[in-house]
Amino acid sequence: MSTDFTQIQPLSQPVNMHGEMAVFSPEVEAEIDRHLAKYPSKRSAILPLMFIVQRERGYLDPAGVAYLANRLSLRITDIWEVATFYSMLQTKPAGRYHIQICKTLSCKIMGEGKITEHVSKKLGIKPGETTPDGKFSLSLVECLGSCGTAPMFQINFDYHENLTPEKVDQILDALE
Amino acid sequence: MFIGAIGCEPLQLRRVHLENSRSLDVYRANGGYEAIKKVLDSMSPDDVINEVKKSSLRGRGGAGFPTGMKWSFVPKDSPKPKYVVCNADESEPGTFKDRYLMERDPHMLIEGMLIAAYALGAKTNYIYTRGEYKYLIDIMDVALDEARAAGMLGKNILGTNFECEIYTHTGAGAYICGEETALLSSLEGYRGHPRMKPPFPAVSGLYACPTVVNNVETLTAVPDIIKMGGEAYQKLGTEKSGGTKLWSVSGHVNRPGVYELPMGYDDMEKFIFEDCGGIPTARQLKAVIPGGSSVYIMRADQIIGKDVRMDYEGLVAGGSMVGSGGFIVMDETVDVFASTKNLTEFYKHESCGWCTPCREGTDWLVKIFKRVDAGGGRDGDIQLFLDLCDNIEGKSFCPLGDAAAWPIQSAIKRFPEDFQKRLKH
Repeated sequence: MSTDFTQIQPLSQPVNMHGEMAVFSPEVEAEIDRHLAKYPSKRSAILPLMFIVQRERGYLDPAGVAYLANRLSLRITDIWEVATFYSMLQTKPAGRYHIQICKTLSCKIMGEGKITEHVSKKLGIKPGETTPDGKFSLSLVECLGSCGTAPMFQINFDYHENLTPEKVDQILDALE
Repeated sequence: MFIGAIGCEPLQLRRVHLENSRSLDVYRANGGYEAIKKVLDSMSPDDVINEVKKSSLRGRGGAGFPTGMKWSFVPKDSPKPKYVVCNADESEPGTFKDRYLMERDPHMLIEGMLIAAYALGAKTNYIYTRGEYKYLIDIMDVALDEARAAGMLGKNILGTNFECEIYTHTGAGAYICGEETALLSSLEGYRGHPRMKPPFPAVSGLYACPTVVNNVETLTAVPDIIKMGGEAYQKLGTEKSGGTKLWSVSGHVNRPGVYELPMGYDDMEKFIFEDCGGIPTARQLKAVIPGGSSVYIMRADQIIGKDVRMDYEGLVAGGSMVGSGGFIVMDETVDVFASTKNLTEFYKHESCGWCTPCREGTDWLVKIFKRVDAGGGRDGDIQLFLDLCDNIEGKSFCPLGDAAAWPIQSAIKRFPEDFQKRLKH
């Protein structure tokens, strides 16, 4: 990587390959503007903006990606290049509730296996799958920084810790 | 879960149990923002750097590099803007201390960053937090707004001509972004690939400008260093390891938690069996990974009766490292082959793919672990593991490769029986 920073200019104008570009409400546009104002380079706002697009549209769909390319003056490939690197960015539709069970060492030795088995059985899906009604997706993920309160999972952005099968039932049953 | 200090007065954890501990009022009522006032009233940037040097504070993220020295590498005459970036990408398995510092005492981090920014002449600064910790980004944003409204951020801070702004930034699920140059790539909006060093970030970091990247726990130690003086802070610990350190304790102990210990705490056996309440259900201690998943695993007989002091030198003498202080305790039910396989899967998943030894090496390591785990272990597999590790360690672009090799090398050396029994003869 070069040691002299220059804002990378797009080789061509941003291309909207799918003929459709996402449209957001004035409130969301204002939120995006607030993020862009933090940085001397627009490109730095790519991750915060991707989370906003994902929140609004469920995942980084082609129209959302086209929006990002346009808003950040980047190419479609620049967006995909970044989107495919980070595990929290969804490039295909996911369930409304994404259950992410931590599988790394401390959770593993504190009973992750039982929790995964229980959730799988209860929802009828394996890790990597989504329920047919689109309500739940299940993933096994790496350390979430909750080792002292293992085992744990994160549903969307909410942490649920010191899990037992009974607690899992209460949490999942309470979700609309 | 326990949160508190053992063997010293709580310093970093002083306010965590107070009601509304994350509010500006509670922070101020309990000694908060006194250090930045002292700095602006009576200290030059060089005075600040000298106090931090005297404190023997070393980077708490894992590498343990002397903080004052890191700060002094920033060129004073550079015409470019300078940046302080807080590394809150806490992702090292077994580590969860920064989470509680930010959750319970966000203004302590803001004050630490203000002081660092003053010492280095940085006007714009970022807190890079892992994406999964979104609730902490929200907490930090509230605290930053409070600080801004109280005149602690922006222009003319505390009536002086000191100007400083701090922003939160989100990661999106990549362990590699805890490596400081990968973090900067990510903050610039690219894939989180590490960069060649030199040039070091102090010379050419964020947007190719002089940048200091420090861990949360490092920055939150700074206000106390300024208030009590570098020498007094150093004396809380040992000569080479100043101050106190947070240990994130997890696994098979009766009392997991975040423990603040003075550097040089004596000793690890007492810590496990008394302070952390010992091993549940009268099982035997088998192994400890004392400094986050990357460091050498220790056998129980390297700890019990061995008087392992808990500081940088003590842990090296005891056969491991302080690292990030992620202290994972494992009882006799743990199979070290399986625990090492688990960690190797982690490193394979988190390898960024930039360099061949790490990308291909971690992939092959996992393939061999899976084959052996499925009953296909063969004579020579142990040598194969070690050869592969040798081709990663010291030969990868950034320390993630070393971090993947060390757990395997130490597990094979210290728990050969758990590997041997998997092989067919």
